[in-house]
Amino acid sequence: MKEKVTEIIQKYNSDKGFLVPILQDVQKEFNYLPREALNAVGTILNLPLSRIYELATFYKAFSLRPRGRHQLSLCVGTACHVRGATLLQESIERGLNIKAGETSDDLEFTFETVNCLGACALGPILVVDEEYQGQVTLSKTNKILKKLGKKVATDDQED
Amino acid sequence: MSEMVTLKIDGRQIQAPVGSTVIEAARDANIYIPNLCSNPELEPYGACRMCMVEIRHGKRTRLVAACIYEVSEGLEVKTDTERVNNVRRLVIELMLSRNPKHPTLLELARRHGVEGTRFEVDVRGCILCGQCVRTCREVVGVSAIGFEGRGTTRRVATPFNESPAECIACGSCAYICPVDVIPLKEKDGVRTIWKTDFPMLKCQSCGRTIAPQRQLEHFAKITDQSLDDLTKSCVHCR
Amino acid sequence: MIKKIKSPADLEKLQEVAKRRIDPEKPCIAFCTGTGCLAYGTQKLVDLFKQEIEKRHLGDSLYVRNTGCHGFCERGPMAVIYPQKIFYQHIKPEDVSEIIEKTVLAGDVIDRLLYEDPVTKTKIVKEDDVPFYKKQMRLVFGMNGLIEPTSIDDYLAIGGYSALAKALSRMKPQQVVDEVIAANLRGRGGGGFPAGWKWDATRKAQGDPKYVICNADEGDPGAYMDRSLLEGNPHCVLEGMVIGAYAIGSSHGYIYVRNEYPLAVKNITLAIEKAREFGLLGENILGTGFSFDVLINRGGGAFVCGESSALFASIEGRSGEPRAKYVHATDRGLYNKPTNLNNVETWANVPLIINNGAAWYAGIGTAKSKGTKIFSLVGKINNTGLVEVPMGITLREIIYEIGGGIPKGRKFKAVQTGGPSGGCIPEEHLDIPVDFDALTELGSMMGSGGMIVMDERNCMVDVAKYFLSFLEGESCGKCTPCREGVLQMRKILDRICEGNGTLADIDTLEWMGQAIADGSLCALGGSAPNPVLTTIRYFRDEYEAHIKEKRCPAGVCKALITYSIDPETCTGCHVCARICPTQAATGEKKAVHTINQETCIKCGACYESCKFDAVTVA
Repeated sequence: MKEKVTEIIQKYNSDKGFLVPILQDVQKEFNYLPREALNAVGTILNLPLSRIYELATFYKAFSLRPRGRHQLSLCVGTACHVRGATLLQESIERGLNIKAGETSDDLEFTFETVNCLGACALGPILVVDEEYQGQVTLSKTNKILKKLGKKVATDDQED
Repeated sequence: MSEMVTLKIDGRQIQAPVGSTVIEAARDANIYIPNLCSNPELEPYGACRMCMVEIRHGKRTRLVAACIYEVSEGLEVKTDTERVNNVRRLVIELMLSRNPKHPTLLELARRHGVEGTRFEVDVRGCILCGQCVRTCREVVGVSAIGFEGRGTTRRVATPFNESPAECIACGSCAYICPVDVIPLKEKDGVRTIWKTDFPMLKCQSCGRTIAPQRQLEHFAKITDQSLDDLTKSCVHCR
Repeated sequence: MIKKIKSPADLEKLQEVAKRRIDPEKPCIAFCTGTGCLAYGTQKLVDLFKQEIEKRHLGDSLYVRNTGCHGFCERGPMAVIYPQKIFYQHIKPEDVSEIIEKTVLAGDVIDRLLYEDPVTKTKIVKEDDVPFYKKQMRLVFGMNGLIEPTSIDDYLAIGGYSALAKALSRMKPQQVVDEVIAANLRGRGGGGFPAGWKWDATRKAQGDPKYVICNADEGDPGAYMDRSLLEGNPHCVLEGMVIGAYAIGSSHGYIYVRNEYPLAVKNITLAIEKAREFGLLGENILGTGFSFDVLINRGGGAFVCGESSALFASIEGRSGEPRAKYVHATDRGLYNKPTNLNNVETWANVPLIINNGAAWYAGIGTAKSKGTKIFSLVGKINNTGLVEVPMGITLREIIYEIGGGIPKGRKFKAVQTGGPSGGCIPEEHLDIPVDFDALTELGSMMGSGGMIVMDERNCMVDVAKYFLSFLEGESCGKCTPCREGVLQMRKILDRICEGNGTLADIDTLEWMGQAIADGSLCALGGSAPNPVLTTIRYFRDEYEAHIKEKRCPAGVCKALITYSIDPETCTGCHVCARICPTQAATGEKKAVHTINQETCIKCGACYESCKFDAVTVA
């Protein structure tokens, strides 16, 4: 792990100013910020762990826990909000049985809300494993969850 | 002697060195400005917002934090206007919603005519003035503790909420805390802070406990002395 | 390997070569491949198109251009076909071969793909004639449709980097500053501070190095013009920055961009590489001896980092905590050195000003707000998208003539401008000319240009609560008024939305709003109360309805509404019963359904899915 972290840090010329992008790359590599990796960042850049921990918990993009195999991000920007994103959020939370910002115990799902993806015309938007789903409705989200293997009520005729 | 400027605080003409802050100038002139996060030993921070004052420059007036705002020639400062007091009252009520009982806050409330908080109380104790974190970083120089999270979830914490590897158990954080919410205990030659037990060393001459071993080691390192030298005698028997 | 451009004359030659590369008579289909249209599946269309061209061996007889955002996001996937400028919208994969056959090869128009004017019901052929575009003045944004953002040649072909050459070879740095001051270019990111003054202050400040930063941390929810510019025309932004750096005397620059904008990061990264290769960035730019280079720093997801001092903290590798700004960034900013920060759109305006002159620029707009502004027109509006209009246009023109009004024939209620720091403007003020000062006067602000339209089904108390919740999550937590004050304001709004508010709560909110604005450390807290204060100011009756009558007039606040089924209109289709997560909606097929109020969780699923509008809310 330390080798990988070293490699990432070297890409930024060991410049402490790039700590945020460095942690982003670390997270991309390991799917979250493993403790060992943060220790390594501290050692290599000669920074106290408290500072790295502070940063890792300050920015929303970082996760100190492993994230789910499927990642669902619901846009809750203003345009999506006025088009009913809150109802969708509640419905997804019910469907996955986790709250926004959480990962299911079986590490299958991570659900989070994001502040405006800048595709407001398509609002409300749900990003499922990096794929944008536009103009999402309650029945559409339920269908998505169903496809991902969750038992939820849908308005499909066949059930 | 550094260059001085003349300013007015509440009508009183005072002089202060260039580069000093309004709160420092006021302190030297014995003018009271309430504050909870400002400390002469620490870098200006400006978080609690109790020290807000109204300043006038020419025709414009505005509110600034006295602990950060630097003095300048001809500056007029008012510490007791309606706008200033509204901010302070709000801050006090908000702090009481986190810590309704501490005497320091209750005294501030009394001084500002705040009878209690009208906000929902959700006790956390800590008012996030950050003096502990900044002391650990700026004065002690070890950065064992820091902040965690942001916004309303922000709190003072050790990394991963575990025993802090860098902590030297000097207790400065607990000592500096204005609302006494960092527990520090000493019993049977052990100091407990941040949920961690730190063994203390005894004086080789009189046998009294001097300080935690980690703290003495840290001190030994930065002063280039040996641990043995540091524990040969203590303040009590020297 | 391209040889570096060594002089302004070299640049002109290269522009000429780049221009000649393209035959203006040859058909060209320009697909919008901005993030919005990509989300509609435009990439698939482009791939199909290319396959089709290959199959028919048409490679030499037409161009396919993957451009940045065209702005009319509502109508994606879309394309413009040159030279006629035929505008096709809502294109589907099955339309691809027909477009090639009929339009590209034969020059015929496919009616089905044209935009239909919703009022006159006539089909419109040309892009410029579509009402959405007609009232716009797309000085900055219009370039997006003409170039591939990944091609520096395309940018050179439309005269790109001429402004840089002009500034570096024919103007002294102070002249450039003076030109921007004379143009009265005001910052497009939030405050509207005159960019030229900022440049001047940074130029005159003591300290070395000086930094020039582009703020691309577009955080206002509902605003995405900066992303679209950076994605669609990165060289223009870069050119503006290099000109600024020259004027200011800076050799180091940063672009601070949201990591949530991967395409923007990709395109600007490529643009920087290309510009360096061409000698338009780096050492000895255009052979003039001036050197300047730019690094990209990606944000970590924090709205507060749009605030300058928090942004600096982030670039320095720390949490995005603002510092007090009693010392200007122009004196002590990034690493305590003189720093000039402007946002993407502001930088993109710079080449225009240098090319056309301050007098030309200052001829557009109102007395104190010059040039154009890009707005993102979103929410309850027919033509969602990005629009660039001259300052001084009215809100009504933007919403009704460009935006096409409110969908489903519903009633306009408010337009929210300025993001979470802005405010909600009601119908009665729709005729004010939009500029920095007029919006501020109404208690709102220009901000970065988000315009979120709301209709009668949006509850203004809920909207105020939404913004407070947003800011609660985005507050850095450093200062007390913002961290604790916004939280307590939100709790009061919660109470009101639950029907437990009192009239005294409104007074408390107003009092807190003033004190939070006065007491907060940075602009995030300083403006956080705005959405609450403006909704109280313009929609007090809605607050009072929640408090006095325990009623949510818009039918949004859960505690105050009930869903029921109108037996007259219910067809017994059973959809509500199927989708109801708590089995509260029940009924035999083909018989009237009912909702059990005891088990109903008011999720709104039945309301939304009923095709006969039989579910009602009160």
